Amino acid sequence: MARRLERIDRPIKVLTEDIYALSSIRNMLYVAAPRLLPALILLLLPLFAPGAYFQRVFTLTAIYGLLALSWDFIALSTGLVSLGQALFFGIGAYLAALLNLYLGLPPFLTLALATVLGACICTALLAPCLPLKGIYFAMTTLVYPLLMARVIEATAIVGGTDGLVGVESFSDLWVERYFILIFLLASTFSLRRLITTDFGLVLRSISDNDQAVRASGINITLYKLIAVWIGSALGSFAGAYFTHLYMFVGLSAFSLDLSILPIACAVVGGIGTLAGPVLGAFILVPLAEMLRDLGTLRIVSYSLLLVALVLFKPEGIMSYLKRKYEQIERWMEV
Amino acid sequence: MLPSLLVYGLINSVTLALTALGFSLTYGISRVANFAHGALYVLAGFSAWFFLNRFHLNYYLAALLAVVLISLTGAAIYRFALIRVRGMPLLEIIVTFALGTAALEALRYFGFLGSHYSLPPLFRGSVNLYGVPVDAQRIALVVIGGLLVFTLWLFTHHTRIGLAFRAIAQDEQAAMMLGIDSDVMAALSLAVGAALVGLAAIVVLPLGYIATESGSNILVSAIAVCILGGLESTAGVIVASLLIGYTQILTVAYLGPHYQMIVALLAILITLILKPSGLFGKQKELEERV
Repeated sequence: MARRLERIDRPIKVLTEDIYALSSIRNMLYVAAPRLLPALILLLLPLFAPGAYFQRVFTLTAIYGLLALSWDFIALSTGLVSLGQALFFGIGAYLAALLNLYLGLPPFLTLALATVLGACICTALLAPCLPLKGIYFAMTTLVYPLLMARVIEATAIVGGTDGLVGVESFSDLWVERYFILIFLLASTFSLRRLITTDFGLVLRSISDNDQAVRASGINITLYKLIAVWIGSALGSFAGAYFTHLYMFVGLSAFSLDLSILPIACAVVGGIGTLAGPVLGAFILVPLAEMLRDLGTLRIVSYSLLLVALVLFKPEGIMSYLKRKYEQIERWMEV
Repeated sequence: MLPSLLVYGLINSVTLALTALGFSLTYGISRVANFAHGALYVLAGFSAWFFLNRFHLNYYLAALLAVVLISLTGAAIYRFALIRVRGMPLLEIIVTFALGTAALEALRYFGFLGSHYSLPPLFRGSVNLYGVPVDAQRIALVVIGGLLVFTLWLFTHHTRIGLAFRAIAQDEQAAMMLGIDSDVMAALSLAVGAALVGLAAIVVLPLGYIATESGSNILVSAIAVCILGGLESTAGVIVASLLIGYTQILTVAYLGPHYQMIVALLAILITLILKPSGLFGKQKELEERV
């Protein structure tokens, strides 16, 4: 007897797709739960975290989550795959440190300035490579952070190999813990909203078929520039926050780990879902902290996990959960 | 000053060409950018060291075993991992890069780092070339590099497998119609590419020591040479390694040793921005940019 797996949408999913979503509390909850519940859990996490060490881990996780979100946004909206998230991170980190140390600006002003300026610098650096595709764009982005680190090392500007120490930290511990979480939630939700607007529609179609978009009389370079600007702004913010958190910035801000981790998070969480990479970060980063005793074996297990997921489960957790939430699966006799 | 710059520039160029040949060959045939290239180089060095010092084998036998081992590793990477993501360049890069990182970090974990491990030079003594003292190992390196390029040319033009390689690179569909198995050829191309980088490790490493840290440098310089020359073209590899090799030696002489890597990185950036297909690339412009 031959069987096949049939997937059909749940009745409640179809019902809640239009105005009938408002017809009962249950329908409203069905729509709201997957959005509100994770947000609520995220906001409550710091309150129930066991000790200051885990508080710090959560903050760090949120920073990496932001970096992963930025990677996924660029990949989803323009189809460009960046292997150099460390560039955004490092530029933001160094800008925040320099603004704070040499101009004496307070942390929140440097955060804002580093985000905007950092995004402009990164976009300007990447602008000439935007017409490139696939592996060529990936290689350019891979090279930029390496080049930055080598230039700083060779010319000994901005602290050279010693880095910059004595950056001002946040005034209040709870501000430090919650500001990044709220920023992460806000940017995840607004990017998810942005991608469904007309503007987002153009962005997504660039990744599907850029020539068709071009043939419709739309300037794709401009759209790509805006997408990269948004992505690098998020990355720079993450870097700037990291600098103020550790009161230090060094060459490690351009390290390769920072480019690999967001990709790993996106693969675990589900590429192109925006919320998925954030979820991936909240799985991978605490896991990595628990494995800290293993030393560099941590990176080994990490990389092997990444390979296994890419080869055997490329779908990602977010897509899997979405499917289970929205569809019924049943075996049909053929 | 000038003779020494010329001689050492040539040696540096041949070193670059040796390490880049494998990467270029693999990409040219199977379109797989093997980001585990640097890791394979380091692995080859350590396995040769292992065969020499733990099993006390003859130098030539140890070198041969190491090259064969690395070549099998390359084929295994294709057979067990890459075959599943073939045709998706991003995933190919992620898989090979993650495997390379895993291998390097595992070596680091087991304590294979620092300057404790080195291969003995195969040729001792030194020669005076136009008033510049050059040790025999470096001369041997240039000779072996030249021989290797010649052998590779013979291999790709006069053997069955070599001709099949070129057929797959030219037109995969037509080659498959003539009974050439694309998967077997891709696995073989990874094996040959890995063997080439293993050979490079055996020849180059006696000049310094085996360091896990050099893995990423080797990868970056191989990519730099291949991109400047045009991914897939052997003539491009030679011209690009001469260009980058001499530029590196000049910047090191006049600016300082830190600038060596910057030259390679800048070469990648400038080539990709100005002419992504490289100096000798045969790729159509439309395929890689809008």
